[in-house]
Amino acid sequence: MKKSDAFSPGPTPTFEESAKESLSDSQLRRNLGKATQTIRRKRAEAVGEMPDWEGLREAGRALKERVMRHLDEYLLQLEESVTRAGGKVHWARDAEEANRIIAGIVKDHGAEEVVKVKSIATDETKLNEHLEREGIRAFETDLAELIIQLAGETSSHILVPAIHKNRAEIRELFMERLGAQNLSDSPSDLTETARLYLREKFLAARVGISGANFAVAETGTVCVVESEGNGRMCTTLPPVLVTLMGIEKVIPAWRDFEVFMQLLPRSSTAERMNPYTSFWTGVSEGDGPREFHLVLMDNGRTDVLADEIGRQTLNCIRCSACLNVCPVYERTGGHAYNSVYPGPIGAILTPQLVGIGDPGPDSLPYASSLCGACYQVCPVKINIPEVLVHLRGKVTRHKQDRGGPRQKLDPENVAMQTVARVFSDPQLYEKAQRLARVGQWPFARGGSIGRLPGRLAGWTAVRDLKPVPQQSFREWWRQNRGSV
Amino acid sequence: MRVALFITCFNDTLFPETGRATVEVLERLGVEVDFPLAQTCCGQMHFNTGYQREAIPLVRRFVEIFDGYEAVVAPSGSCVSMVRELYPMAADFAGDGRLAESVEELSPKVFELSEFLVKRLGVTDVGAYYPHRVTYHPTCHSMRMLRVGDAPLELLGNVRGIDLVELSEAEECCGFGGTFAVKNADTSAAMLSDKIRRVLDTEAEVCTAGDNSCLMHIGGGLGRLRTGVETAHLAQILASEAEEG
Ligand code: SF4
Repeated sequence: MKKSDAFSPGPTPTFEESAKESLSDSQLRRNLGKATQTIRRKRAEAVGEMPDWEGLREAGRALKERVMRHLDEYLLQLEESVTRAGGKVHWARDAEEANRIIAGIVKDHGAEEVVKVKSIATDETKLNEHLEREGIRAFETDLAELIIQLAGETSSHILVPAIHKNRAEIRELFMERLGAQNLSDSPSDLTETARLYLREKFLAARVGISGANFAVAETGTVCVVESEGNGRMCTTLPPVLVTLMGIEKVIPAWRDFEVFMQLLPRSSTAERMNPYTSFWTGVSEGDGPREFHLVLMDNGRTDVLADEIGRQTLNCIRCSACLNVCPVYERTGGHAYNSVYPGPIGAILTPQLVGIGDPGPDSLPYASSLCGACYQVCPVKINIPEVLVHLRGKVTRHKQDRGGPRQKLDPENVAMQTVARVFSDPQLYEKAQRLARVGQWPFARGGSIGRLPGRLAGWTAVRDLKPVPQQSFREWWRQNRGSV
Repeated sequence: MRVALFITCFNDTLFPETGRATVEVLERLGVEVDFPLAQTCCGQMHFNTGYQREAIPLVRRFVEIFDGYEAVVAPSGSCVSMVRELYPMAADFAGDGRLAESVEELSPKVFELSEFLVKRLGVTDVGAYYPHRVTYHPTCHSMRMLRVGDAPLELLGNVRGIDLVELSEAEECCGFGGTFAVKNADTSAAMLSDKIRRVLDTEAEVCTAGDNSCLMHIGGGLGRLRTGVETAHLAQILASEAEEG
């Protein structure tokens, strides 16, 4: 289990280091493999029954692109609409400011406990820890969030934070932490236990905290999409509601839901429609919270917006389809990414939000074989492989330009420079081909190479390598078609 | 028709038999093949690993060398996808409008072998004979970036004597991913082990694909485990013929 991540101060381990650990956890491999395979198959079915899925994806992409092009205008419009509807809008430059604003609101109401709807934005700011330092206890009410909160762990999936745990593990946790007795590991028993525990919290809490899936600039309506109904409770029962939202979540108009409400449930939970969708517009007399605060947070997002290729990352609607199809995520799990945003989206979002130059986040764009499965399923058509390659370039140039003299001697850098020179000159290239043939003899045994030195040892740890043949193609061509 | 063969540095050096097979298949179909000897590498490894400044001269070379051909054919979905899908990004990165124009003109003329045969020439039967049990792994770049679709399977389906068996979860990446296999060797190995399990499930003698890079990775694992299952590039199956007589 990990403690520090890319959004905490201090260095973060690299993906390679963390992946090594999770890859050898056979329970994790089994839990994840089963879960992702099931959801993958279901998503494909849910998407397959749509007559024009590609058209919808394109519409989603175009809408989001428009939002990013006019983000400043839409945000001001949103502020105006929310204010008009009786809500209060706060602007937070970074995580710290967001946390301070939220803790301030809670304290203003003298509350010592808050109930929370699952929100990755609050994970990003480490809100719970901040509240705890301020003497406020935050209770997660989403079942999976509750599980990892009780276990003292961090999320490993943006939709199903406890995807790495199976029922037996959850049963044990509930018996230990909630004092549940004679508990079976059937889903209904487990949810009933959680329900009883949470009910008290809902009724007692004076402040509810949520994230937002969307917020409509035109009307000021905020939307939370969920499956369990706990979100509905958090956003309606407590007299005060605070919503923390990344600035990229704004959408222009109410009618845009037509597109997103078709894209999101099918992509995330493989449902035609999710069980609970809550919309609220400011405050309404005699219905729901009496006070509503919307905290709009930047925390690195405007830097992402400034990058022409990276910008599309902000289109993400956090459906998690890219995680579920990712062959890397399926095997390493979310914790290897050391970020609240794991998987393919995390690999492009995290390094952009925290900035290039930290070995942990810098390793994330490399946590991909560039197979493109994520791009294929993304409901808003984020070209994740393109952004990965773009970020690899940024990471490499950052090292080359700021790494000092030591970077010049970095074996990878030296090899890449040498090979680039060789490829630029056909004569050098042919010489290198001949050299490789001669140079391999210490490693070639009985028709295959079983062990390579240095950094290449990773290859031969599990694979044989075919030796370089005696004649290259071009040599054959010269001999046989030379006259052409 | 006269085409330029882009062999790719990888095949040139490590898999010359694939190059010879490609020439054989094309010539059998009456295509005149030219091999510009100045060619080296498309720059994919550098570009995708982040060494983009270093890749630009290779992009320029490629565009100059293959300029003017009616079509360029390569026995590699991955390298073709670099040219077709990533050269525009490279030209943008170089900030060179002229390069971007040349790329735009050249890239639609660059084909992976199976799509050239099926989509450009309209041939699905190349007259091959290959009496073996074979399973086909659709490599990620051919499938998702180039969208070669069923072209390889159509070609294989018309090979005489072949016993073609479907690979389960075929569309899942084998775990090669270029420098990924070295940088993230452990994750790559975990992906490979699942691919191998599925290949073995088919009881095929041969696993084929349109990319020798993935095949070297899969074959390396199959070999290390002494499974007795071989790998062969699609071009080699298509080039095989019944012995005369
Ligand atoms: S990047 Fe696309 S697929 Fe991944 S979570 Fe975001 S919207 Fe979903």
